[in-house]
Amino acid sequence: MRFSRVLLGLIVVGAAAGWLLSAPQPLTAADIPDRSPDVAHGEQVFWAAGCASCHSVEDASGDARLVLSGGRSFPSNFGTFYAPNISSDPQHGIGDWSEADFLSAVMRGVSPDGRHYYPVFPYGTYAHAGISDMQDLWAFLQTLPADATPSRPHDVGFPFSVRRGLGLWKRAFLNEDWVVDGSDLSPQVMRGRYLVEALGHCAECHTPRNALGGLERANWLAGAPNPTGEGRIPGISPAHLNWTEADIAAYLGDGFTPDFDSAGGEMAEVITNISQLPDADRAAIAAYLRALPGG
Amino acid sequence: MPVFKKTILASSIFTLAFGAAAMAQMDYSAQIAARQGQMDIMALNVGILGNMARGNTGYDADLAQAAADNIFAAASVGHQIAWPAGSDNFDLGDATAALPAVWDDPDGFDQAWGDLRTAAAGMAEVAGTGLDAVQGAIRPLGGACGGCHRNFRQSDD
Repeated sequence: MRFSRVLLGLIVVGAAAGWLLSAPQPLTAADIPDRSPDVAHGEQVFWAAGCASCHSVEDASGDARLVLSGGRSFPSNFGTFYAPNISSDPQHGIGDWSEADFLSAVMRGVSPDGRHYYPVFPYGTYAHAGISDMQDLWAFLQTLPADATPSRPHDVGFPFSVRRGLGLWKRAFLNEDWVVDGSDLSPQVMRGRYLVEALGHCAECHTPRNALGGLERANWLAGAPNPTGEGRIPGISPAHLNWTEADIAAYLGDGFTPDFDSAGGEMAEVITNISQLPDADRAAIAAYLRALPGG
Repeated sequence: MPVFKKTILASSIFTLAFGAAAMAQMDYSAQIAARQGQMDIMALNVGILGNMARGNTGYDADLAQAAADNIFAAASVGHQIAWPAGSDNFDLGDATAALPAVWDDPDGFDQAWGDLRTAAAGMAEVAGTGLDAVQGAIRPLGGACGGCHRNFRQSDD
């Protein structure tokens, strides 16, 4: 009798702690600087962050990549996710959001109605971004076309369908620290780190994950199975890629490997984004990749 | 009557099985060799221009123009002969990297070839005029290669 009361007490305390620890944590007004955004810079952030690679329709090219109506599917071990409509449509897109809604979504993974987003949306990496960059991105997104395609619900089974549990996932696997740390990094490598670890979210595909979908930071950019089940996504750390810095930078602009084969698959689309950035940014990404351990 | 039905059934199964076997035995090796050679010609010539653009080799106007003309010529070889339906990597495995999408989305495939010819023509127009022009035209050319490989070629990773 006494034992079962203790057990019951532990369960209640555990459940209460789990509930508190899993609470969504949106940004507060105090986190958000009051400034007028730079739309042109927001476009640069848009290309660096690769938004169109998930939120435009499959096979879109040219200006169609600016119509962020969603719909692409992302199979995983936990179910199939569908990119939502993030166009400026007020009903089916995010046209009626506030700046704070957007910033909490993209940097904290919390929706305007206070629920966790699934980490297929790489807010864990965008959390490393400068908040002013994300404000500029929000300003740019609002200039893009509206599209009234409804978002398709994710196809995720129990227990992953309980979004509250993602609060614990975030505590376990998100990390505010940079992977490449140190006070002696050059400005160029620091810019590359920002583009790779914060905006470009390269690790989302190029780093392997544990059984619960958390990134294995110890195997940073070492390559990973393709979640579609076909083939592998190659490693791009020095142990796995022996291209020169100049070759990497050129590849990110024109899509040609050092032996002049061309990028294919998902990477061809990544290059469509990254080729919009200034040469200095591609050089910075290359410098960062070569500065990783083993380079 | 049941016997008749069984005969029909059996012959249908035979036809299907034989048909499938016959399909599997179609020999597309000449077409695959031809189109892979076409890609090799382009890669060899892109390499000439790409190495100049990257500063790995010195700029040579005559060589650059010749390479660009070759790319345009290779890109202009009509693709209907070398890409027969059924010669995809779903049916033929590792013999080809051509995805079934080539035949499932023929308009997209035509468009991708059109984009390549446009980019190749852009390069051929300027390749002999200077290094800056080659550096400017190589990116659209790479974009056209990637635009097709993104959807129609099996990634090798």
